Amino acid sequence: MGKLESEYEDIPGTYVFDGKRCIEGFQLNKFCKSLDLEANRAAFRDDPSGYLDKFPMTPEQRKAIEDRDWLGMLQLGGNVYYTFKLAAFDGITMQHIGGAMSGITVDDFRQMMLAGGRSVEGNRSKSEWK
Amino acid sequence: MARIIGGVGCSHIPSVGAAMDNGKTQEPYWKPLFDGYEPAREWMRKANPDVVIVVYNDHAAAFDISLTPMFTIGAAPEFLPADEGYGRRKVPNVRGYPELASHLIESLVFDEFDINTALEMDVDHGLTVPLSVMYGQPREWPCRVIPLAVNVVKYPQPLGRRCYKLGKAIRKAVDEFDEDLTVAIFGTGGMSHQLQGERAGLVNPDFDKAFLDDLSGDVARLTNIGHVEYMREAGSEGIELIMWLVMRGALDDKVHEVYRHYHVPASNTGAGLIILENDQ
Repeated sequence: MGKLESEYEDIPGTYVFDGKRCIEGFQLNKFCKSLDLEANRAAFRDDPSGYLDKFPMTPEQRKAIEDRDWLGMLQLGGNVYYTFKLAAFDGITMQHIGGAMSGITVDDFRQMMLAGGRSVEGNRSKSEWK
Repeated sequence: MARIIGGVGCSHIPSVGAAMDNGKTQEPYWKPLFDGYEPAREWMRKANPDVVIVVYNDHAAAFDISLTPMFTIGAAPEFLPADEGYGRRKVPNVRGYPELASHLIESLVFDEFDINTALEMDVDHGLTVPLSVMYGQPREWPCRVIPLAVNVVKYPQPLGRRCYKLGKAIRKAVDEFDEDLTVAIFGTGGMSHQLQGERAGLVNPDFDKAFLDDLSGDVARLTNIGHVEYMREAGSEGIELIMWLVMRGALDDKVHEVYRHYHVPASNTGAGLIILENDQ
């Protein structure tokens, strides 16, 4: 276990992109990164399954991508700056996936931000979420 | 000799750049944020530095997951705005300063900071949005730019204390550069925000305001903030604030605050801006 892992793993609803997740999510993130290029976006659009075959990820990671399970991707090693490339491919915003990851609609997420965002009070430790 | 004339801390929120690019800055959502940028732009016009060192992070644009450089200085004559999925941002190309960049790299390595050198590096919103915030929409950026990219995406990021010391080493290197130049340094990113997970949308104005206060009031407190405190209190992406400490380190021990602006929300983020000058 990493030096600070037990401390940051106590932060609720947060998936610190540490060495473990970086290694686990390598192919998933590599797939997302590949969408930087228009030629790759076209290939993924034309044949999603065939395109995903190029990235040897776990069946769970692949399913999370196919289901656009934004939270699941993070839990399987995805990093939000990478998964956001898939969101951009889909034409949706960071607030949309923010809502999806936190279990509310994008409109509710926007309203929450307009009202000052999610408070840190009650959201510092997993013990507060029980 | 070259000299540092001031430091700027500035969030680098992509939608702030997009609001400018798409002519939305006077819409009710954006107006309060952009109104607060005007005094900063006035300061920038008067200061008119020859060079700006922009401490920023790449968001999986120039770099990818296969390699994570901690500190990288761009030493090319020119850097292009990155394509972040919507085509290259329609802002001027960024003019570099290879001679000063090479000098910085050598001086920093001799001061035990092992810096990576980039000769081809597209610059993403992390660098171009602060230029837009501080300069508006000129046809050409009125300064040359030294990009200094810091890894803040993959844990473990460098310590805030390390970033502060890097700033001090940058100051020394700038002071020793044998050309008559004025230099500003931007620390970018932050302030509190969390983009990911069930806790997405976290903003902590109390943390942010105390951070702004202590840039001039109690730097020692800031340099002792650890990774977990940043992530817990300021959100997982709030750790970008370590880059402001590079800027702070490049200034004198005693500084005064010239201007600040803080606004929530800008997209998912507490948007902060501060201008600091040396007391003398």
